[in-house]
Amino acid sequence: MEWLDTWGLSLAVFLPMVGVVVLLFVPGSMDGVAKAVGLLFTGAALLVGVAVGLRFDYGSAGAIQLEVNERWIPQIDARYHVGIDGIALPLFELSLLVSFLCIVYLLWHVPSPGKTKALIALTLLLETGMTGTFIALDLILFFIFWEVVLVPMYFMIGIWGGPRREYAAVKFFLYTLFGSIFMLLGFLALYFQGNTFDMIALREQGNLGSTLVQNLTFAGLFLGFAIKVPMWPFHTWLPDAHTEAPTIGSVLLAAVMLKMGTYGFIRIAYPILPDAAVYFAPVIGILAVIAIIYGALCCFAQSDLKRLIAFSSVGHMGFVMLGIATVSDRGINGAIFGMVAHGLITGMLFFLAGSIHERFHTREISSLGGVLQQMPRFGSVLVYAGIASLGLPGLAGFWGEMLALLGSYQPGAGLDEGLFRILMVGGGIGTVLTAGYLLWTIQRVAMGAVPEKFADGRGLFDVHPLEWTAWAPLLALILAAGIYPRMVLGVTDGAVQNLLKSFGG
Amino acid sequence: MELAQGALTSPVDWHAIAPELVLTAFACLVLVVDLFLAERSKWLAMPLSAIGILATGAATLSLVGSDRTTLSGSYEIDAFALLLKGLFCVIGFIVLAISFDYFRSGVRYQGEYYFLLLCSLLGGLVMSSARDLVTIFIAIELISVPGFIMTGLRKGDPKSNEASLKFFLFGVLSTAVMLYGMSLIYGVSGGATRLDQIREAIDGSGNEPLVMLSVFFVVVGFGFKISAVPFHFWAPDTYEGAPSPVAAFLSTASKIGGFVGLLVLMFKAFPEVADIWRPVFAVLATLTMTVGNLIALRQRHIIRLLAYSGIAQSGYILVALALIDPSSPGVSRQALESALVYIAIYGVMDLGAFAAAVAYARRGGSYFIDDYAGLWQRSPVLATLLTGFLLSLAGAPPMAGAWAKLFVFLAAINAQVYWLAVVMGVNAVIAAWYYLAVVKRMFFEAPELEGPVEVPYLLRAVMGVAALALLVVFIYPPVITELAERSVL
Repeated sequence: MEWLDTWGLSLAVFLPMVGVVVLLFVPGSMDGVAKAVGLLFTGAALLVGVAVGLRFDYGSAGAIQLEVNERWIPQIDARYHVGIDGIALPLFELSLLVSFLCIVYLLWHVPSPGKTKALIALTLLLETGMTGTFIALDLILFFIFWEVVLVPMYFMIGIWGGPRREYAAVKFFLYTLFGSIFMLLGFLALYFQGNTFDMIALREQGNLGSTLVQNLTFAGLFLGFAIKVPMWPFHTWLPDAHTEAPTIGSVLLAAVMLKMGTYGFIRIAYPILPDAAVYFAPVIGILAVIAIIYGALCCFAQSDLKRLIAFSSVGHMGFVMLGIATVSDRGINGAIFGMVAHGLITGMLFFLAGSIHERFHTREISSLGGVLQQMPRFGSVLVYAGIASLGLPGLAGFWGEMLALLGSYQPGAGLDEGLFRILMVGGGIGTVLTAGYLLWTIQRVAMGAVPEKFADGRGLFDVHPLEWTAWAPLLALILAAGIYPRMVLGVTDGAVQNLLKSFGG
Repeated sequence: MELAQGALTSPVDWHAIAPELVLTAFACLVLVVDLFLAERSKWLAMPLSAIGILATGAATLSLVGSDRTTLSGSYEIDAFALLLKGLFCVIGFIVLAISFDYFRSGVRYQGEYYFLLLCSLLGGLVMSSARDLVTIFIAIELISVPGFIMTGLRKGDPKSNEASLKFFLFGVLSTAVMLYGMSLIYGVSGGATRLDQIREAIDGSGNEPLVMLSVFFVVVGFGFKISAVPFHFWAPDTYEGAPSPVAAFLSTASKIGGFVGLLVLMFKAFPEVADIWRPVFAVLATLTMTVGNLIALRQRHIIRLLAYSGIAQSGYILVALALIDPSSPGVSRQALESALVYIAIYGVMDLGAFAAAVAYARRGGSYFIDDYAGLWQRSPVLATLLTGFLLSLAGAPPMAGAWAKLFVFLAAINAQVYWLAVVMGVNAVIAAWYYLAVVKRMFFEAPELEGPVEVPYLLRAVMGVAALALLVVFIYPPVITELAERSVL
């Protein structure tokens, strides 16, 4: 299996694309065949991904491995350079897993207006874009994969979305397009300072222009990535997009796509422009804490369950950004852990919100209640995911937040300790608020009396076997990562240490 | 006069002009065969023309790798010429496919139409190789004149008559202006018509004001042909009134012919005075992009939308011309490469969009964008293909148009003309809006018209191949960039 060490990553990325081509030849009326094709190709990609994960040398997780560096577009010095290290590996595997589970979920339920084949094709296209983003080591390649995600998600929201889908789709598209133009300008600025699009080479060169140029470049990258994360105050597309998107769209958005933004910070902006990163760290930290508290407060005000989960994402991504802002060993490890945990937990919560909508035909929290009584297993899963999300020790949500807070107690060299300790307190208040709204939501949805409207229990079946299949891996991983955090931290730490070398650490 | 005589008496390299000869032969053949065909089998002119274009393509391929001149140096067969001849053949083939259903069911004069189409295409082929003022002039007329007639082929429709007349008047006016500029050059250079001679003659001739004036006239003349703002007024009306396949032809082959002439003239004859014309192109590019895109925002007729979008697309190509700087060969090279890449990709994606629009209008739809609502539910294939072409025109992944824009953008940044890059970026976002508006209609809204949309299989296949080609170029751009790199002047 030698070839896995070189082309394995690319194979996992492009298998779904092959699936799209195969789907073109499936008649639109044959839903079953389309589902099978989707399952086959996401499954195969996941298997290749696991195999690649086994070939990965965990002893030197800090180094780029399984590298391919081939001629691609010599006219503009863009190369097909891909590879993976301990930072990218967990996110890469997460994307493959979540895409597969989304297809499994589609086996159970295809949202209105049907068109199964098209929905599966878009999911596969999204998978290629997302996984590709996490392995690209060339800025142009990264940009292309990043942009590939845009169009399928636009259609997914616009066709299969909720009542305000058009508005949400266009808002999502324009926000992201706006951000990516600034990101592209940042990439070009890097190119003209360092004369290469290669991330690794750019990092090794260091010293890309004057302080002003570096700061401006960082600002461009910051806008592009921050809109994707999204950081407060660039977050306003997120509640609309998440709420209106179909279930699998929300899951993919929350579980993977938001991480493309934070990953961009860690993979590109930080190692290549360390000085600018330190310069901007206080701003990022303050925005992150605003996001944490603002997200939590907004959650208290939401009446729609899905919108509430969407706003909780703003808060959770705030913790991730706080961790990144600290430029410390703990903070960044915590940030990556937080990304994985948020992917698992919030992905799970969006699955649940979708399934609740299928059963009750409403997501209004005030008209729900007593889920635990009517559907004990479904209710338990809901409580479990909710508690994981609030950061209970022993489940995945805990470590990311704790490490981010620990990191801000002792931020990296060159950062204002006083400020970051204040930010830590702010983040701490955020955890309390988060616990508050999640418990309150669980109380209103899962506990209490069954509303009269649903008393006859018609259509309220407990967890469907296909739902179990789609959810079990997430539920198990939430527990596993909570009990044994080294599962993630052991992989990321080497790469984070390597990253911090740029900061003289 | 010595020159002209030399050209007539010097031995002709017949192989070098084989593509043009083959195409001429087939054009005449189509016209003759048409006379003997019964009314119901007139459509046979189209397969015959298709064979002609394939044969021309084959003749062009047989010349690959050669680099020679004939007709006393006024006709050059190099990689640049061959790339463009190949492109013209591809465009001709796609236009034939679009025309078939349209002309077979409705408009008469099939034989005449295909004859004129091949003649106009011949003009494009000649233009690719022309390295002489007279030849360039003949080529541009050969492209335009059949166009005037083709535009008026829907004789019963006043709109078609108006379109034809408008196109004719503007065309003749631009020709006059261009010819005046050319005659000035002839005088300034002391009687030279070959571009390399002109280049030598005007270098340091001390006649800067006169050279400037003549270049200006030539640029204005070509400005009409490529529908650059402010010389664009004829284009939307002409496209709307003409038979739609003719509009597709005008917005691609005819326009590309104009660009080829401009590129050749600027690179071969006037590089020494680039400082004079570069700012002119910068202004033209800015106006063309911005005005084209802003007016496109308000269009409700798909052909008019494509007309204005085509004007804006010309603007992006003009950006490349505004970057040319003979004192830094690297920059010029990149600019020309990006222009060639843009032209090639534009030809395919624009024709694709026209093909989809024509197919829809003929088979159960209309030209009005409002009637595109819910097309996806009526014909997923057509909606998906049209979306692909529109995304490509917008410069969005996963289609080749993204690279076309990015290459020009990079060339502008590399030439350190940042403001033009910014104008381009802003325009790309504006343009995304109206392309997406059509996409939104097709996918997000409920259909108002009923019934299935039966796209003819030939058109379906051609659109499919075009979309696939755009996708392949997106994934692996060297397919086209390598060609462009080898084909710089």
